[in-house]
Formats: sequence, C-alpha cells, structure tokens
Amino acid sequence: MSTDLVLLALLMGAVTYPSRALPMLAPGIERLPARALLYLRLVGPAVLASIAASETLVRGTAAEGYGIVIGVDILGVLACLAIVAWRRNLFLGLVAGVALVALLRLAGIG
Amino acid sequence: MPADLRVARRQLLIDSAGIAVSAIGFALVFGLAARNAGYSLLEASAMSVFGFAGAAQFAAVGYVAQGLPWAPIVILTFFLNARHALYSASLAPRLRHVPFLQRAAMAHVLTDEAFALAATHFHRLGRVDVPGYWIGAVLGVFIPWNLATIAGYLLGSAIPDPSALGLDIVFPAAMAGLAVGLMTGRREVAAAGSGAAIGVLLSLAVGPGVGIVAGGLIGPLVGMAVPVPANPEPAGRTESTAGALRSGESADAELAGAASPARADATGMTGAHHEGLNPLPSVPLGRFDIDEALDEADADAAADRDPDPGPAAKPRELP
Repeated sequence: MSTDLVLLALLMGAVTYPSRALPMLAPGIERLPARALLYLRLVGPAVLASIAASETLVRGTAAEGYGIVIGVDILGVLACLAIVAWRRNLFLGLVAGVALVALLRLAGIG
Repeated sequence: MPADLRVARRQLLIDSAGIAVSAIGFALVFGLAARNAGYSLLEASAMSVFGFAGAAQFAAVGYVAQGLPWAPIVILTFFLNARHALYSASLAPRLRHVPFLQRAAMAHVLTDEAFALAATHFHRLGRVDVPGYWIGAVLGVFIPWNLATIAGYLLGSAIPDPSALGLDIVFPAAMAGLAVGLMTGRREVAAAGSGAAIGVLLSLAVGPGVGIVAGGLIGPLVGMAVPVPANPEPAGRTESTAGALRSGESADAELAGAASPARADATGMTGAHHEGLNPLPSVPLGRFDIDEALDEADADAAADRDPDPGPAAKPRELP
C-alpha cells in the first residue's frame, strides 16, 4: 500500500493548522477592545451568509470564469431558510430542502 | 445537567445530524475520487484525518491526478483554508478559559461546519459549552467525514451521486440556516446581508476563495456601522455604569461605557436566562471585562429584538 501521499496530507494539515489555531491560542484575547469583540461577534453571521450565498449562486472555475447560475438548488436553500426561520429547526429545513431539490431533479427540472 | 443545557444539546445533536449527512455525502465522493486518482486507502484516510478540509482535499485529488508537484497543492491548501482564522478569532474570546492544550486540539477540528454548529450552540445556550463544541465538531463532522472517506474508497462506484439526491444543497443550506440562528439584531442582519452580497460579488470577480473571506471580513464592519437604538438600561445596570462614569478616569469611563448596553454591544450571545443570573453586575474599572461585555451584549441584543422588553428588563426608577 502506497504511503507517499501521507506526507502531503501532513503538509496540508501543517499549513491549515495555523489558521485554525493561532487566533484561538493567542494570549491576551480578553484584553481586546469592545469594538474588536463586537467585530468578532459579527464574523459568524457574515461569513456563514457569505458561504451560503456564494456556494448557492456562483458557479465556475478560475480558468473558465465565474457566473451566477440560478438553479433549483436556490429553491432548496430558500425552502430550508424559510423553515428554519419559521420552526427554528435546521434538520427539518434541510430535509425539506433536499427533498424539494431531489423531487425537482427527478422531474427533470434543474 | 441543567435543563437549558439539555435542551441546547438536544438541538445541537439534531443540527449535527443534518451536517453529518452532508459530510457523509461528500466524503463518500472524496473517497471515490481519491481511489480513482490512485490514492491508497491509507493516503485517502490521511487526507481526511490530517488535512480535514473538504475543498482542499478535493483540489488535491485533482492536482495529484494531474501529476502536479506538491508545492502548489500545499500553497493552495493554505489559501483555501485561511478563512478558518476568522472562525478561530471569532470563537477565541469565548474559549479563553479552556486549557491551552484542549484549545490546541479543538483547533484541528475547526471547520466551516464545526464553527457554524458551535457558534449557534453557544449563542442558543448563552454561554460556552466545550463538550458541545466536541459534539458538533467530532460527532457531527470529523467522524462522519472520516468514516465516509473509507466507505467511499471501499464502495467505489456503487455509491450514488449526492447531487442526484439533492445532498449538494445541504452544505449551503446548513450554513444559511445556522446564520439565521445567529441573527438576533439589526447589526447581525446587516453583517450577514452585506457579507452575502460582498461574498457573491467578489466570488464572481475573483473566485469563491477570496469572496467568502472578504464577505466574512467586511460584513462585520457594515454591521458595526449600523446604529442600535438607545435602549433603556436594564435593571441593575444604571448604577454601575453611572458609577463608572463618575470615576473621572477617562480610560475607565470609556471601558465602562463600552460595556454599557446603550453604547456598545461587544461580543455576546443572547439568552434570556442570562438576565436572571447577574441581576446586579458591576463594571470593573481599569480593565475591560469580557464577561460583563457578554452579559451587556445579551441585554442589548434582547432589547434589539424586542422593543418592549417587559417589566423585568425595564430600568429601575431611581429616586
């Protein structure tokens, strides 16, 4: 069994870990100014919304360029959002969104 | 176990189940792709254990299959995963009391999903729950991702295409749903809306790798610029803040004022139960106290949600 790429995996982990760990391990976080703490509090909703919107709307590659694609997956995400906002239940929202998209694709839409 | 913790963990487990389904779907595909690219099972598993970063792992599979050298793969991995620094920084103030070594271990399993689950769980609970972090990050993501990598490798082409089952929407839908859980005031809504808009615009212009990070960096600045209506100070806060302002020390007054619900809402989680835990918090002088800031921010966010906070949160009438 080949093990050559295990070293690559370790290298990938080694370059990923600092991003994950350094801010969390940095001393003196409790002495940050209130404005900085407010900023950090707002990172959560901002980055999650950024991921959701980009992953849902933007398609393409660096070589071919990027564009907005409107597909049935948007309906699935919106259905999930509506249910989460209404019922405060992520799992239910995900089930509904996935079911909607699967049904639409089964019907040949999207 | 306190009732609120039990309820929050139950909800966390339910949320984690949805995330796990997404992780399983895509790790199955990763295992298959790694096998087709010539990885051994050990190498595929090592990618999921040590790298543990979906986009970078898929990119690496493509590059390895094309015979590219390792250096660009490692550099690309760094940039693809740089956004994790945002998650780490966002969680850091809450985890400051967690032992160093445990934080170091927590960092390894900090992914998009783990951050989303943890941030929402802490927010819902109103305080940090370290076992809850591990539940989301390890039970919800790490274990499913690694087991499904092995399964995908072994099952090969027998596994179904996740997109045919609609599973490709689970990740963005889960991120959107968990973001909704964090939107407790107009600042959070502004940060999320602008983060999404900036993320899409820059993803179109430069690519999602840059767009997502830019949305996460700039969105909070927009949120901070949104004015929060002056709320009546909750009971017990008036005297401490006024006392701080009377101290005559500008730095202390600034720090105390920063912790006042009317002037600033530093990092914080909502949680109505919090209001009952610290009926008469004092604002320490000479040092910004993050616990106070968290409590004050809770009250601020609650008041932001509900213009009429009810008699319990109405200001005490001073003689």
